Amino acid sequence: MWRDALLVASKDVRIELRSRVALWQVLPFAVLVLVLFGFALGPGPATLRSAAPGLYWLAVLFSTVLATQRSVAIESGEGTRDGLRLSGIDPGGVFLGKAAAVALQLVAVQVLLGAGLVVLFGVRLEAWWLALVASVLATIGLSAAGVLYGALSAGLRVRETLLPLLVLPIVAPVLIAGSRAWSAAVSGAVGPGTSWLKILGPFAAVYVAVGIGLYGPLQETS
Amino acid sequence: MDPAVHLRSAVALAGRFPALSGVDLDVAPGEVVAVLGPNGAGKTSLLRACAGLVPVTSGDAVVLGCDLREDRTAVRRRVGLLGHDASLYDELSAAENVRFALRAAGVSSRVATARADGALDRLGLVGRLRRTPALRLSAGQRRRAALAVLVARAPELWLMDEPHAGLDAGARSLVASLVADAATDGAAVVLTSHEPDLSVPLADRVVVMAGGRVAEVRPGGRDVAAAPPLLVAVKGDDADVA
Amino acid sequence: MTAGAVQRTKAVTRWVGLAALVTTGLTVWLGLWVTPPAKVQGTLARLLYIHPPIAWVALYCAFGVAALSSLLYLWRRTRSLFWDRLGASAVEVGVIFTALTLVTGSLWGRPTWGVWWTWTARLTSTALLLVLFLGYLALRRVPAAPEVRARRSAVAALVAFVDVPIVSFSVDWWQTLHQRGTVLNPGLTLKVHGSMAWTMGLGFLAMTLVFVWMVMVRYRIEALADQVGDEELEISLSERWAEGDGPAPAPPRVPEPAGGGR
Repeated sequence: MWRDALLVASKDVRIELRSRVALWQVLPFAVLVLVLFGFALGPGPATLRSAAPGLYWLAVLFSTVLATQRSVAIESGEGTRDGLRLSGIDPGGVFLGKAAAVALQLVAVQVLLGAGLVVLFGVRLEAWWLALVASVLATIGLSAAGVLYGALSAGLRVRETLLPLLVLPIVAPVLIAGSRAWSAAVSGAVGPGTSWLKILGPFAAVYVAVGIGLYGPLQETS
Repeated sequence: MDPAVHLRSAVALAGRFPALSGVDLDVAPGEVVAVLGPNGAGKTSLLRACAGLVPVTSGDAVVLGCDLREDRTAVRRRVGLLGHDASLYDELSAAENVRFALRAAGVSSRVATARADGALDRLGLVGRLRRTPALRLSAGQRRRAALAVLVARAPELWLMDEPHAGLDAGARSLVASLVADAATDGAAVVLTSHEPDLSVPLADRVVVMAGGRVAEVRPGGRDVAAAPPLLVAVKGDDADVA
Repeated sequence: MTAGAVQRTKAVTRWVGLAALVTTGLTVWLGLWVTPPAKVQGTLARLLYIHPPIAWVALYCAFGVAALSSLLYLWRRTRSLFWDRLGASAVEVGVIFTALTLVTGSLWGRPTWGVWWTWTARLTSTALLLVLFLGYLALRRVPAAPEVRARRSAVAALVAFVDVPIVSFSVDWWQTLHQRGTVLNPGLTLKVHGSMAWTMGLGFLAMTLVFVWMVMVRYRIEALADQVGDEELEISLSERWAEGDGPAPAPPRVPEPAGGGR
């Protein structure tokens, strides 16, 4: 399964490097969201700074939807979907591989967004390690949940509209816990901040486990 | 010997439509069967059911010893399907596509490279064509790349949907030689076609489908003794293409 | 199902429906005319006879049934379209009850808290649950073969259920950070006794019966739709088979084998 996961992940990453969808669409979109929030919440630096963690995570969530759409689109051709099913790759491996590729893109998005937060919103992280751990756990959870729902909506004509409706409520806990953990990291209140990791951790674990277990049945859409 | 494909009254649904309404078909290893019939006769569904992609909902279906009614995933890695829509990743080159298929089947990296090279050579995808992303290949070249995947995987059962579609004369005779070689190596081949002139000479048996079932079976035109001249013709045509 | 069983199910449905009607009527009568207004909240407290029972049906009965039936569908040994239909019916009814929970809660909240909506943990996670299951229903509306739809829906329901405890945990913690005690506390600590207590009990019974009845009816619609589908399938199967009897296409010519290049 791990070998298969690596194979699928490297395939998806290679396709991404060739098509540059993440580079030219997902990353600019994330920054755009950040800037638009800046417009919406006005130029007052105090408001912006206090809202920054929430905005950061909202931008990450939207980017997750985009990255997942793209990840599904790679396998959207009738031929490639059949090819993957006929290939003998373990479905759990396909899930892990695709989730890993999405996670990698989310890491890039978050690096950029983090920089944007510092530059545009004047945010300073007091406890950067807390923010980092929260981001890592959240990234795992988001990409697992995203790819799982991506498989659920794969091959449907209404995929583009259905996927956000399905994914966004599911990842609401990540938004909540991520924002709180980052708020704590910004204010330096490490104690209450770390307790949010107790939500991000289980969320990631649960969705990785569920994904490995249920991806197989989901591939069988005919 | 056990048949490679054994279908009895097999029914398969596409959504709620009975794409196969009760197919009886046996294909022996080393045999080439051409499936003819009008559009919507169920030819493609037959291939997809044999590949374990479409569930058979009633009747018997045993492919390569696997009972598809029980488990239709086990057989998949042992069959090769050339679909209408070439199973290629657009951003990857022909060579990378073939290599991915082989690596997915558990072949080690070095062996995969060698086998992919061999298959691509055979299909006349050489030099620049090998490294070009599939997106920028012509329809015929994509078809060749998809065939290379099939050749490289060397499955026990070849399921080819309209293998001649969109190919030039050279590639068509190439298909003929690939099919003949696969059968000689003991693989069973089921191919669909709208062009009897091209497919019947390749086949041991011709099956005419209509209404989602086998309406008629006829002898095919495959003559084992005729294989050498066919191969000569292939080489000549191939040289023209390359 | 045999004809006898169908008749029996129909009869049971009718009786359950009747019982639901009677108990609901009784609850209304007791709740509006018989019981006295509460000391603190006055007549507003009458929502107590209806809001908690609706919430109970929405959050526990409906989604509990849906979770269980999704699990039983996915488990190979118990796989049957029965569970799929049951789960779908339960979610559909559950969505209505969840919406009613929010509406009745809101009606209560406006006079009690002064606002239609507060971001309390309970309200927020209920609203999220509603959206989750609206997604499930949206997914179900996508046309697909019954088995495919069943598998997809069961997975979606389970994935959503896994999320429910995480959502409620996170929302709980989230809210404790921002709690404004003054807004929240009154109203939740109503003393319930005497006729009020058992009117509320009756309310629970009534709403549960309504739920059971609605699910039974919904299930029957679903089953009949599938039956129609099966009959249509039978017909199209025989039609399709007959297509093969038509005049056979002209026998293909066998060309010269060596003539390869055309």
